[in-house]
Amino acid sequence: MNRATWLQSALHPAGPDARILSELGWLMFGGGTLIFLFVMTLLLLSLRRNGRPVSTLLWVAGGGVAFPLIVLSALLMLSIWRSAGLTAQSSQQGLIVSVTAKMWWWEVRYRDAKSGREIVLANELHVPVGQPVYLGLTTSDVIHSFWVPALAGKVDMVPGRVHGLTLRASTPGVYRGQCAEYCGLQHARMAFHVVAHSPEGYAAWFARQIEPAAAPADPALERGRQAFVDQRCSSCHTIRGVAEGSRLGPDLTHVGSRLYIGAGMLQNHRGTLAGWIADTQGIKPGARMPSFDKMDGATLHALAAYLESLK
Amino acid sequence: MHCSYNARFPAVPRNFRTSLLLAALLAGCGREPLLPVVVNGGNIVQGRALLSQFQCGVCHAIPGVEAARGATGPNLAFFARRSYIAGQLPNTPENLVQWIIDPPTISPGTLMPNIGVSAEDARHMAAYLYTLR
Repeated sequence: MNRATWLQSALHPAGPDARILSELGWLMFGGGTLIFLFVMTLLLLSLRRNGRPVSTLLWVAGGGVAFPLIVLSALLMLSIWRSAGLTAQSSQQGLIVSVTAKMWWWEVRYRDAKSGREIVLANELHVPVGQPVYLGLTTSDVIHSFWVPALAGKVDMVPGRVHGLTLRASTPGVYRGQCAEYCGLQHARMAFHVVAHSPEGYAAWFARQIEPAAAPADPALERGRQAFVDQRCSSCHTIRGVAEGSRLGPDLTHVGSRLYIGAGMLQNHRGTLAGWIADTQGIKPGARMPSFDKMDGATLHALAAYLESLK
Repeated sequence: MHCSYNARFPAVPRNFRTSLLLAALLAGCGREPLLPVVVNGGNIVQGRALLSQFQCGVCHAIPGVEAARGATGPNLAFFARRSYIAGQLPNTPENLVQWIIDPPTISPGTLMPNIGVSAEDARHMAAYLYTLR
């Protein structure tokens, strides 16, 4: 199976920490299976017609005390030893990214160390491979949980607190994650993607993202930019270089560069953008964005094409 | 057209049931048999995969296509029975392919955008849509 098939799987780890977690998982599963078979064998032996009773002392002291003591101690030692190999949970090293969960999407913020400027993405986290990335996880409404099975375990996002998670990816690729704590109507459609780049690829990506939105290259795209302003999209969305007043909805400065829209729901192209704008409430009922169903077709196409062009 | 009468009406008098049966038969069999529409160079299986891949289901409900439950555009169930595409083009394979490739050129007011489908892919999609009978 190739990697794309296993977009979201704890059994196909893509980072050193996730590998340790999956090893421990398999060990538990294997050990549990052996113990289950052992108990079933004892059960079968007990059903023999002319079996004789086992001494009570052996049964209680051996099966009830010594056996679990040995097995559980060994497991404890092993997990302590293997956990020591996990990446240290520290904000003092590597890249720092803030992730804020919202009903029902993810706001991701990076700060450029040199210029102090901030870039804001939605539902997408870009990381360089081989480098620890510290995530400051919080929420602006209810409890959510951050979970990318191929890279790390779950961490809850609790109102009023910032929880840290340091993760490392070792293989470039796209890994899906999702909210793992029931958070309301669209909990099931609250996904995101982690894109792991080579260090050079990451630097190039960051250099593009730090730029404001490109000016429309032709009159059709200019019409789309105008529609963004006229339809008051800017009362919730920011496009750096066009309108920066509100942060209620996802930042759309480079929305065309994203893989998906609607928090991992739809692949991103002008068709899905247009469909999303026209019928948000039909596609994702309860989402905070209303359906914009009063636009004429040409305006909608221009708007969708403009958003698609924001690479 | 295949007609069948499977419903049961245990509480309804027999002569009423018979008249219902007759009405159902007459209503169901009045049409000419629908011949399969062949799209040259179109592959039904590929078409179905493409409809899902391009996420046409964001706006259209399309039977048999994964997650296609959109309500912005027309429901494409029984597409092969339609007389017209977009209320203006006769429903022929050539017209459907042209429509999928570039709807705004054919109908400037339409909400359906040009999403960059190649002519080859459009033929596959059309082939699938004509199986919806």
